[in-house]
Amino acid sequence: MEIPYTVHKRADTGLYNAKLGIWLFLASEVMLFGGLFSAYILLRVGAGEGTWPHGWLDVRLGTINTILLALSAITTLLAWAALKVKEFGKFKFFHACTMLLALTFLGIKSYEYYDKFHHYEIQLNNGTIADGHFVEQSADFDLAKKTGTFTIHGHIVERHAELMDMRSDEAKKAKHEEHVIAAADIKHMENYSPRHNTFTAIYFTMSGLHALHILGGTLVIFYLWGPGSRMWKTDPERFTNRIEVSGLFWHFVDLVWVFLFPVLYLT
Amino acid sequence: MSESEHPVVFKDYTRRCLLVLLAVACMTAMMIATSFSSIGSGSWTPKVALILLIASVNAFVIAGFLMHLLSEKKLVYTILAFTVFFFIGLAGLTIWAMNDLPVGSAKH
Repeated sequence: MEIPYTVHKRADTGLYNAKLGIWLFLASEVMLFGGLFSAYILLRVGAGEGTWPHGWLDVRLGTINTILLALSAITTLLAWAALKVKEFGKFKFFHACTMLLALTFLGIKSYEYYDKFHHYEIQLNNGTIADGHFVEQSADFDLAKKTGTFTIHGHIVERHAELMDMRSDEAKKAKHEEHVIAAADIKHMENYSPRHNTFTAIYFTMSGLHALHILGGTLVIFYLWGPGSRMWKTDPERFTNRIEVSGLFWHFVDLVWVFLFPVLYLT
Repeated sequence: MSESEHPVVFKDYTRRCLLVLLAVACMTAMMIATSFSSIGSGSWTPKVALILLIASVNAFVIAGFLMHLLSEKKLVYTILAFTVFFFIGLAGLTIWAMNDLPVGSAKH
């Protein structure tokens, strides 16, 4: 049995079914991310004076990822346009570019996550706080038994508030060097994982969900670029519509990043 | 008629895409410059408002030109109108409820 309206428009909607379907799906996606953005606003506005972090994320990496996603949105559109003018070779090239750009985006995101999981805030018994990236730990390091040492590359501050604004003059002047800390001197230590504070929790949730969308979109694009592209020989119009629909999803993912980048990295 | 149903001239598309990329790059640069500027003299509120305004224009360019939203069917606009309505409800109710605390409770 042939599936109706995969190529031709329905008279009542004026759209082929997949296109109506993807717009309905994107509407549900707006609500999904909308809920998280609302949660972000709630956390941010509800945070006490000086308790919301600034400058914790690398703006340079965020900017590179913004440009990568914008470029991938362009190559997706050009891949669809290439099919419209019946140039299958160009379609293959542009979609391959999209996948490479998406994988580079995910690579950079992974590096950012790795960096956060290796970044520690260590409260010391003398009341100061050591903050920096993990370098090494001694073989006998055990926080519960208070044995061994933990080495970080960072700085030591007197007040927790000094760690919240990494763009402040104070933070810029801070001298970062290696600190070897004895386990016996540690009161509490924690890395910058989602449980660290509300900022890291919402950062990992929102950027993680977005990264999953990138991964899902890349898998779909890979399928349509590889085995799925056989349809071009049998039903080129339907295949072109599939590329348009997957492209709409990809542009939506770019659209979400357009708001995620300033919200998480710049404000 | 939806733009995606028009005959495509590949060269025109490439030119349009480059213009969109340039616009996105410029707006990203503007957002970063605003973020590091001294607008608002210490207060984040004016900066955040301006950055989100630029981000909204950026989103409009992407949705309008790359997603062809400027020339879509009425049904798509209807779906999006409902989405905007429910999104405003979702965000609005959440923010509205933020200060809806029991009488006598302290806000932290």
